[in-house]
Amino acid sequence: MTTLADPRDELAGHIPALRAFAISLTRNVSEADDLVQETILKAWSNIEKFTVGTDLRAWLFTILRNTFFSSKRKTKREVADPEGIHAGSLSEKPAHDGRLAFADFQRAFDQLSAEHREVLILVGANGYSYEEAAGMMGVAVGTAKSRANRARARLCDLLGMEEGEDILGEETGATLAVLGRSGPQAA
Amino acid sequence: MKEEMAEEKPKPRLRRDIDENLKRVFEDALDTEVPDRFKQLLEQLKAKEARK
Repeated sequence: MTTLADPRDELAGHIPALRAFAISLTRNVSEADDLVQETILKAWSNIEKFTVGTDLRAWLFTILRNTFFSSKRKTKREVADPEGIHAGSLSEKPAHDGRLAFADFQRAFDQLSAEHREVLILVGANGYSYEEAAGMMGVAVGTAKSRANRARARLCDLLGMEEGEDILGEETGATLAVLGRSGPQAA
Repeated sequence: MKEEMAEEKPKPRLRRDIDENLKRVFEDALDTEVPDRFKQLLEQLKAKEARK
C-alpha cells in the first residue's frame, strides 16, 4: 500500500494567503483570524472532499468565503449602508497627474460590499479567471463578470472617477480611434 | 459572444491601475504577521490524528 501525500500537510503553506483573503473580506484582523481558524478546522475534517491534484488554495478560499458569507447572513452584521460609514472621508479627486493615491484607494475599497471586495480580490489581485472565481463564489461565469464590472465601476465612483474617463490623457488617441470606427455603424 | 469580444481590447490604464492597487491591498494583508495560533492549531490537529 502506497502512502499518498496528505494535502493536510500543505495547509500551513496556504495560511498567509487565506488570512490575506479573510482580511480583504472582513477588513478586520481579529474577525479574519477567527475565519481562518474555522476554515482550517473545516478543511482538516473534510479533507477527503478535496480532489488531490486540483488547486488546494482555491478549495480553501471557497471554504473560507462560504463560511464568511453564511455567518454574515446569519448575523446580518453588515449594516445596510451603501455609502459606507467612511463616505465623505475621501480626499478630493486624484490629481490628474496619474496614479491613484493608495490611501484613497484603500478607503474606497473598504466601502465596497463584501461581494464586490471578494470578486475584485479573486480576479484583480489573485489573477483567478472569471471561470475559477465563479466556481469559488458558486455563481455563473456571467454573474462573476458583471459583478466584477459593477465592483470596478463602484470603485471608480467612490474615487470620483468614471471608468471611461481618461485620467492620463495618454489613451485619448486610441479612444477617439474606437469612437471613429463605431461612427459609421451608428449612422 | 459579444462580451468576449469586448474583452479583447487592451486593458485601459485605469483598469490596470485598479488591478495594481488591488494587488497591493492583498499584499499588504499578506505582509501582516501570521499569529502562532494557526501553527499551534495545526500541530494539535496532527497530534489528535496520530492518536487515532
